[in-house]
Amino acid sequence: MAYADDVENEELHEPTSFISKYVWSQDHKVIAIQYSTTAILVGLVALVLSGMMRMQIGFPGSIDMDATAYYQAMTMHGMIMVIYLLTAIFLGGFGNYLIPLMVGARDMVFPYVNMLSYWFYLVSVLVLLASFFVPGGPTGAGWTLYPPQAITAGTPGSEWGIILMLVSLIIFIIAATMGGLNYVTTVLQARTHGMTMFRMPLTVWGIFVATILALLAFPALFVSGLMMLLDKTIGTSFFMPDMMQFGSQLDYSGGSPILFQHLFWFFGHPEVYIVALPAFGLVSDLISVHARRSIFGYRMMVWAIVSIGVLSFVVWAHHMYVSGMNPYFGFFFATTTLVIAVPTALKVYNWLLTLWRGNIHLTVPMLFSLAFIVTFLVGGLTGLFLGNVVVDIPLSDTYFVVAHFHMVMGVAPILVVFGSIYHWYPKITGRMLHDGIGKLHFWITFLGTYLIYFPMHYLGFLGMPRRYYAYEDYPFIPDSAQSLNAFITVVAIVVGISQLLFLFNLAYSYFKGAPSGGNPWRATSLEWLTPETPPKHGNWGPSLPVVHRWAYDYGVPGAVLDYVPQTTSAEEVPVHENDHDE
Amino acid sequence: MDNTSQPTTSGMNGLIEDWVSDKDAFKNVSWGKTMMWIFLLSDTFIFSCFLVGYMSVRMTTDVPWPNTSEVFALTIAGEHIPLILIAIMTFVLITSSGTMAMAVNCGYRRQRKQAAILMLVTAVFGVCFVGMQAFEWTKLIEEGVRPWGNPMGAPQFGAAFFMITGFHGFHVSIGVIYLTVVALKVLRGDYEERGYEIVEITGLYWHFVDLVWVFIFAFFYLW
Ligand code: HEM
Ligand SMILES: [Cu+2]
Repeated sequence: MAYADDVENEELHEPTSFISKYVWSQDHKVIAIQYSTTAILVGLVALVLSGMMRMQIGFPGSIDMDATAYYQAMTMHGMIMVIYLLTAIFLGGFGNYLIPLMVGARDMVFPYVNMLSYWFYLVSVLVLLASFFVPGGPTGAGWTLYPPQAITAGTPGSEWGIILMLVSLIIFIIAATMGGLNYVTTVLQARTHGMTMFRMPLTVWGIFVATILALLAFPALFVSGLMMLLDKTIGTSFFMPDMMQFGSQLDYSGGSPILFQHLFWFFGHPEVYIVALPAFGLVSDLISVHARRSIFGYRMMVWAIVSIGVLSFVVWAHHMYVSGMNPYFGFFFATTTLVIAVPTALKVYNWLLTLWRGNIHLTVPMLFSLAFIVTFLVGGLTGLFLGNVVVDIPLSDTYFVVAHFHMVMGVAPILVVFGSIYHWYPKITGRMLHDGIGKLHFWITFLGTYLIYFPMHYLGFLGMPRRYYAYEDYPFIPDSAQSLNAFITVVAIVVGISQLLFLFNLAYSYFKGAPSGGNPWRATSLEWLTPETPPKHGNWGPSLPVVHRWAYDYGVPGAVLDYVPQTTSAEEVPVHENDHDE
Repeated sequence: MDNTSQPTTSGMNGLIEDWVSDKDAFKNVSWGKTMMWIFLLSDTFIFSCFLVGYMSVRMTTDVPWPNTSEVFALTIAGEHIPLILIAIMTFVLITSSGTMAMAVNCGYRRQRKQAAILMLVTAVFGVCFVGMQAFEWTKLIEEGVRPWGNPMGAPQFGAAFFMITGFHGFHVSIGVIYLTVVALKVLRGDYEERGYEIVEITGLYWHFVDLVWVFIFAFFYLW
């Protein structure tokens, strides 16, 4: 007995006070905004850190940064970007906002737990930021936090920074679990009438599968984090082998550093897809709406998402080729890594085929979507290189890798975040974002990131190692590399500063933007069909919407409009039987 | 267009059709129960990681592993019995699963007094278990076992022991609190209208905790 019907008849309890409406809110939309705002703010910290690193690399000595500070900036930058920005904004932000609206629910199934999820997330962010202010500063172990170096003296932040980092991650995992249980249950059990899973927009599919990955992958990070915390604080030896440091024997013995790497990457690789799958889903919807074309191969897209999700659990050791392993294992993991490229490539083809002969509107969301496709393509192709042991070993730990992962899981998902914000902002606020500023922001960001990361592939071939604080006096690095580095830094600073355009646009349009109406993009999915914009508490007014078709009826021949909303039944459309139902 | 009709396909496709069908994937399963199942799946991964971690440090450590049947032996009335305490603990926990199952049954038959009492009995068994675990911890600590080392052998022995049994004991303690709260609400009649599925959801958690113990017992104590 699902409660969906009961919920429908239940009196909606509407919060009245300011505090219960906007602060301790249980409304998924407010929680989504809270999540996104926090994520963007902490993301700005990571952006500033990257600017500082680039200054040091491009113009050594230009800012007051020593090697310790560089490592700390690098670690915090990487961890914040991956976990506290991207994971949080895709699942906690877009997941929270869009899932209930897109499947036609009034809210998440357990709003209270959902609210707790945000507050735990906020605490984890605060704990993380607190590490900037403790003695020794934040950890500089690299975002992978490999022991033994992460917790031995000599690594920056091995006093307190690493402890706060691990505690913060554990709190984050609790937050993600509480949110994740809600998202999955809502998708499975709280869809509205007629909303079969194969009628859900791909956004929901992407976030749904990514959340399942999160629920199954974060446990490995939780356990490894806890074990390392014990190693650090009470002196267990899970990850710590017998070690000499500064001529004396440490109190550790017999642990396994490789165990940490396995646990970390058992989490770490699915993490890439926790970030990528929601991006895939969102971008599919953006492309379909702004090209006025039904998504090509909907079912194939769904199966691709699902199979990428499954495969992502059996590729983790491709991050460990240089740690050394049995060649048969290397062979296995290289094979699975290449296999995962098949469904991924399929998605790219389907996006292209959706665009093919589409009525492409070069709106800002569409521009960002197109940029995503090309960026993801480049990052994906270099990934194929790196998936092979023989290619990976010489390239590992060079700027080739830095370029690869920034393209594929840094820039590409960020482009989708931007595109999606431009797309859904009207629903959230009732106003359009400013188009001109949006386009300027787009071109600077898109061209800029290419100028930053494309040359890095080449630097990688030259052998420029990653995670170095300075590159002077290495005979194998030609002098010309330095001028390229300076160039990259200039572009990075421009791109960084140009993000102010985006922030300005968000604030300006909130007050001055053109009123958007309920469905400015003429889209079919449920979130555009709410009685009010922005949607009120409970989303749907007195009764839930009833769904009659999939979310991609665009360019319907013969129809008066070029799209048919999901709530329109066959009889209501002047079309011959053209039912993309299955 | 009307998707509320029964799917007609069979086999693998039929299975998929059922899963993706209208409104809810699992028919007649409440939100709470779905959520508990998914949580337990996630928790399974946590315990699996703990056990895998324990097994791999047991393989990497360069000092021999202590003989568990010696370490976990008690001398009762002059008799030296290996693993006796663990056997009793396991027995207690499995018995508690039995009383829990009976509580669920009573709940569905709307015998709310019996259901509540059986839940409280289950909780008492849980407390006994945690009590015995505390006794075991005390005994080992007195014998010099610490998370960072012990006189019997590999330091990872103490580390894994305290971490894994501690984390499991934490689950049991949470379970005891959860059971007690739900039992009291059942007794008060809070669920008369909505029905007693909550008892079953609590039971799911409890059975899971028991099941995990069986694995810990097998992998840590017997091996
Ligand atoms: C304009 C934007 C960005 C710039 C200029 C930038 C710059 C950098 C730099 C200079 C490093 C250090 C490389 C090294 O010394 O080895 C780095 C590392 C890293 N970045 Fe970014 N980054 C940007 C955006 C992102 C985004 C969006 C992500 C999200 C995934 C990201 C994830 C990482 C990670 C995971 C590392 C590795 C940290 C480590 O080695 O431990 N970055 N980035
Ligand atoms: Cu990977």
